[in-house]
Amino acid sequence: MNYLEINHIKKSFGNLEVLKDISLTVKKGEVLAIIGPSGSGKSTLLRCATLLETMDGGELSYLGEKAVSMDASGRSVYAKPAELKEIRKKFGLVFQNFNLFPHYSVLRNVTDPLIHVQKKSKEEAYRIGRELLKKMGLSDKEAYYPCQLSGGQQQRVSIARALALNPQVLFFDEPTSALDPELTGEILKVIRDLAAEHMTMVIVTHEMNFAKNVANHVIFMEKGVIVEEGSPEEVFHSDNRRMQEFLGKYNEE
Amino acid sequence: MSLPQILSQLSGGMVRTIGIFFLTLIFSLPLGLLVSFGRMVKNPVLKNLFKLYISVMRGTPLMLQLMVFYFGPYYLFRMNIGGNWRFIAIILSFSLNYAAYFAEIYRSGIESMPVGQYEAAKLLGYSRSQTFFRIIFPQVVKRILPSVTNEVITLVKDTSLAFAVAYMEMFTIAKQIAASKTTFMPFVVAAVFYYVFNLIVAVVMEKLEKKLDYYR
Repeated sequence: MNYLEINHIKKSFGNLEVLKDISLTVKKGEVLAIIGPSGSGKSTLLRCATLLETMDGGELSYLGEKAVSMDASGRSVYAKPAELKEIRKKFGLVFQNFNLFPHYSVLRNVTDPLIHVQKKSKEEAYRIGRELLKKMGLSDKEAYYPCQLSGGQQQRVSIARALALNPQVLFFDEPTSALDPELTGEILKVIRDLAAEHMTMVIVTHEMNFAKNVANHVIFMEKGVIVEEGSPEEVFHSDNRRMQEFLGKYNEE
Repeated sequence: MSLPQILSQLSGGMVRTIGIFFLTLIFSLPLGLLVSFGRMVKNPVLKNLFKLYISVMRGTPLMLQLMVFYFGPYYLFRMNIGGNWRFIAIILSFSLNYAAYFAEIYRSGIESMPVGQYEAAKLLGYSRSQTFFRIIFPQVVKRILPSVTNEVITLVKDTSLAFAVAYMEMFTIAKQIAASKTTFMPFVVAAVFYYVFNLIVAVVMEKLEKKLDYYR
């Protein structure tokens, strides 16, 4: 089954067309990496998929359930709020700048949604929270506050927070862009581990190595369209001139 | 007239001053939050109504508002304004006036919150009211505390405006004693009282700020 299916998404900000007819599917256990230069529309695509941004045209569904469908003219029609609320439970998002709740301890950041959104008991929430923090190598940090942690640690807390709600699809919006190279490594390791557990993931990233080594499928976007897509092998050895230029700039670094 | 005599005559007034202070805070702090919501709604009619309210409350003297509330019912409706009305009018005008100032302070805090906090909460499934009361508001409180302290300190001194409607709070009594006994002493006592009161306010607010210092 397609865990995520996007058909013909269109999105404009004023006169600027940011997404021009983008379609993609992600199957269970697949890891999709979306790469491309700044301003190519990758983040907007991800924000439309996670319902943070309203798309103008096209449709979106999770595990066969339609969050957004198309009318006859291709314009987007959103599902009812109650249905969207259910569909939101199917995915999680890890932000570029973490967006942890600064007034909550590490453990509470992870457990508060479990207790107050999923209405789990405190005991169960703490059990789940501690298990995930252990997995993220943060067991000794549960009583800390986000401001006391390094960027990499904060990002691992935010991954734990997203995983705690048991999403079927996990999105990452440039999860390492706010981190230095050393800290980037620790986040990449976490994502690699999740991939090994067959977590279904969609990752917008500037880490080419990462797209190469962890993703099953890579999409290269530019100016709101998909320029190239396929297995990492295919995309990174593509003859497409733009793709070559883009990769060339990375390789020079 | 000796100092102990002055103090004992002023003590009843001090209790009333403290009464105005706390009642005004109790009513204006929540009311200010509601007004700030009204000020931030999308509906332009409602929004402008609240803007007008804030504008009038901040744009006219509190002493004048006090008199309008106290004498208004008589001049407008020929209502009897005896009994408790004096006190009710004072609390009403103080609360409505301070709510306007607090509303703008709340708004500054709420609008300074990064949009990422709302987005994270939405993704995690928090409802709108949960998002506000669990995630946003606690952080807003921390951000606005210094501005709130300013207002609270002003309020301590503003309580003396109740003399305009001859309410027997401390300053009104001090003025009376000073006039009848031709002594400067009651004003010195009043000054010390306000100063110490505000010292306590400042210490308490600083404690509160320290308490919220555990995160950034």
